[in-house]
Amino acid sequence: MGDYPSRSASTDAGGSSVTARHARSAGSGVSPIPPDDLDGMRPPLGGGGALPRKARFSMETGFRALSTAAGGMVLVIIVAIAIFLISKAVPALRANTENFLTYKAWFPNDAEPKFGIAALAFGTVLTSVIALIVAVPIALGIALFLSHYAPKRLANPLGFIIDLLAAVPSVVFGLWGRDVFRVPVEDFSVWLNKYFSWLPIFGGDGPFGRSILLGSLVLAIMVLPIVTSLSREVFQQTPLMNEEAALALGATKWEMIRTAVVPYGKPGVIAAVMLGLGRALGETIALALTLGIVFNISFNLIESGGNSIAANIANTFGEANATGRGALIASGLVLFAITLVVNMAARAIIYRRREFRDSAA
Amino acid sequence: MSLLERESPGVFMTPDNIRSRKLPWVINLGIAVGALILAAAVVLGLGIGNWVLVIVVGVVFYLAGLFAAATRVEGRRSARNRLWQTLIYGACVLAILPLASVVWTLVSKGAARLDGDFFGSSMNNIGARDPNGGAYHAIIGTLEQVGIATLMAVPLGVLGAIYLVEYGRGKFALTVRFFVDVMTGIPSIVAGLFILAFWVLIVSPWFNNGTPRFSGFAASLALTVLMLPTIVRSTEEMLRLVPGPLREGAYALGVPQWKTIVKVVLPTALPGIVTGVMLAVARAAGETAPVLLVAGGAAAINFDPFAGNQSSLALYVYGQAGDASRYAPDRAWTAALTLVALVLILTIAAKLLARRNRLT
Amino acid sequence: MAKRIEASNVSSYYGSFKAIDSISMTVEPKTITALIGPSGCGKSTFLRSINRMHEVLPNARIEGRLTIDDQNIYDADVDVTAVRRMIGMVFQRPNPFPTMSIYENVVAGLKLNGVRKKSLLDDAAEKSLKSANLWDEVKDRLARPGAGLSGGQQQRLCIARTIAVQPQVVLMDEPCSALDPISTLAIEDLMFKLKDQFTIIIVTHNMQQAARVSDKTGFFSIDKTGEPGRLIEYDDTQKIFSNPAEKKTEDYITGRFG
Repeated sequence: MGDYPSRSASTDAGGSSVTARHARSAGSGVSPIPPDDLDGMRPPLGGGGALPRKARFSMETGFRALSTAAGGMVLVIIVAIAIFLISKAVPALRANTENFLTYKAWFPNDAEPKFGIAALAFGTVLTSVIALIVAVPIALGIALFLSHYAPKRLANPLGFIIDLLAAVPSVVFGLWGRDVFRVPVEDFSVWLNKYFSWLPIFGGDGPFGRSILLGSLVLAIMVLPIVTSLSREVFQQTPLMNEEAALALGATKWEMIRTAVVPYGKPGVIAAVMLGLGRALGETIALALTLGIVFNISFNLIESGGNSIAANIANTFGEANATGRGALIASGLVLFAITLVVNMAARAIIYRRREFRDSAA
Repeated sequence: MSLLERESPGVFMTPDNIRSRKLPWVINLGIAVGALILAAAVVLGLGIGNWVLVIVVGVVFYLAGLFAAATRVEGRRSARNRLWQTLIYGACVLAILPLASVVWTLVSKGAARLDGDFFGSSMNNIGARDPNGGAYHAIIGTLEQVGIATLMAVPLGVLGAIYLVEYGRGKFALTVRFFVDVMTGIPSIVAGLFILAFWVLIVSPWFNNGTPRFSGFAASLALTVLMLPTIVRSTEEMLRLVPGPLREGAYALGVPQWKTIVKVVLPTALPGIVTGVMLAVARAAGETAPVLLVAGGAAAINFDPFAGNQSSLALYVYGQAGDASRYAPDRAWTAALTLVALVLILTIAAKLLARRNRLT
Repeated sequence: MAKRIEASNVSSYYGSFKAIDSISMTVEPKTITALIGPSGCGKSTFLRSINRMHEVLPNARIEGRLTIDDQNIYDADVDVTAVRRMIGMVFQRPNPFPTMSIYENVVAGLKLNGVRKKSLLDDAAEKSLKSANLWDEVKDRLARPGAGLSGGQQQRLCIARTIAVQPQVVLMDEPCSALDPISTLAIEDLMFKLKDQFTIIIVTHNMQQAARVSDKTGFFSIDKTGEPGRLIEYDDTQKIFSNPAEKKTEDYITGRFG
């Protein structure tokens, strides 16, 4: 090392002229400051003196504050939603002369407001449950087809199309349900009524047009893409080595799926179903167009009738006075509470599943 | 012989014979045809239904026949395998039917009003007997409402995600994340009710001499509430996918954190963030309920989102769907086709972008 | 009970890519045969073609004959699941079914075959776990999840699961590569014990292991990447490791490459 003349600008070899030459040849923007220049406030490169002080208000603190504020906005919005909705709902609830939870009809605009969500909540839950009963087996079948039966060249485009169907707006499904799908469903209802009217769900005398059956089936078609895509993802994540273990034991393809894929995917599928349930519960326009809008509690699926909280809001808010609006808001709060519970349960399952999977890996 | 072989002679634990017969596809086809014919005979003969019932009963007969034949020829396990395989394939066919119907109806009925008049005029002064009228005002409404909502939701959402990923520690961050999850579950009509209660009924009278005013901006606010959690979560996911070493390299060079985020992390995650935003926009464009509640609905063209009622494409479809005029269905379907085209273009573009720029 | 395996000019293809070329070897019943060689030279591919597991990957194809006691397993009318029942496999990474308990894991194969009677299942589970040298360690916690065991125990569980269905042949694809030395020795002891009942073929990267346990050894290699793997030499283990006939084998044994 002693053989080589030191080129460092900080030694005295060569003196200041070397330094100046270095300055020119080092390219623009680089200006090595001689170590004894203390006129400027800048510390020498390489930190000869004290470390720089952290500025009180810099871009860093500003940016951090900005993003924290944005995060906080989420809390503000949620709290605002709660405050404003509750504050509008309470006066209406106080003015209600009937029990909000058990009364079936909806007359909040009268001089003596009488309204209750019994029929609405019943309709909301019934249509969603039936929709899931119809949609989930089919969705799981399609998901298994895409993950394990279809050749890759078919599975990817098909999966893509299903994702697209999840994006179609609900008003389109509602319109189709009411104008196109109603006809075959009506025929089906007539047939059910003819041969199965001894079952209360298929009884009655008609008419059989816009009914819970129609609404539930349209809802099922809407929920299908979501449950399918999520389940497909879950099934695809089955560890290949568990599938191979099952096959190596001499399992047929279905036995392999039953042994390795389905048990592994059960929590994920449950979460997918609950997310689908959440969407079904909150659906407004499709049901407003396909349900019969009758305020009663009945398990008869095929007679014209059925109503849901969201559909009721869409239908009656136009003519609602202040109390009427408050009543609708109160019913919306109940709906929000229900969907909240369902969504939280789904997330809890997903998080727990993720932990279990990561710890077992 | 082992205990197993003695006790369960039907169970071939150590099969000396590995050969088995397979069900020829011809037989399979024959069973299908036979089942259909039998079903037709039963259903139509007894007069209990129409061709739809024939197919349903035919499928049931086919499954039963297939299972029986396969059990005879191949064994129970193989028969069960075939049965489930057929059911799974059948699920796909069953789902395709209604979805194909939706697509077909959209295209065939929606073509009715694909004319310049539809896209160039509004419903102003269009009576129940007028065959004209269009959705120009609705399209303007959708574009403005969704556009303003995007302008509000994207910075808020991206910054919120940045907080959660880069700065958030401790209880506050956990609370924020929890409430983002809560927000994703808000039904769209509840978001509409909130803006109705907050903006339309309480805030807007200040600007309007004491009377509440519906506006396109109110709809934008509601759409922002709906878009925000989606944008936060998808941005958060994208930011987390940016490799740690990339950030650490910048820090090691002395680059402050905010600059690292703006100049290194965000650009890396940008395609994914854009994808998330586009999907949120597509969803917002299709929302009817919040617009129904707070935008007032209008027949005439209104370019001002802050004053006066506005319509939107989705709301227009809903309105025409409920309109008694016999020209309304055509308008409804063409508007529906336009809306679906808009939403699908956005969604497809978003997914293609995501595919090209996968960070994983 | 254990069977003889005979491969004649077995070549395996994935699509148009030839993975192994003209492998011919005979494996006698109740012996342990080790397949050694550098990475990527077709040992695992050949092993998987014996119980037709290579068909799990798309576009897999075989040329040649592979017979179990003179039955060609690649004939057109052969039932794949029967072949796999007859020839069990233990994989490189222990893979007990994560949602099942230890007991359920062991009897999984039996249940697939329609055995329902609890007394039979219990009996078979105990026998297999004893044969796998795992019974004493788990007999009090059979209902616990299979994934909760240590690596070595999990692998022995997988072996118990495999032998519970009483196969004729047991294939092992680098069964110890994911395990610590103590577990490895335990599994090797187990192999000696199992030799009395089954024909065992094991793929291993560990030459010392091959020398320790096997009766015969086959050495695989490839000329260069992209070429199919070939069986260079197949002989008694003693001979392979002390006086191999091929130069390539000698180079590998002595560590000059691989």
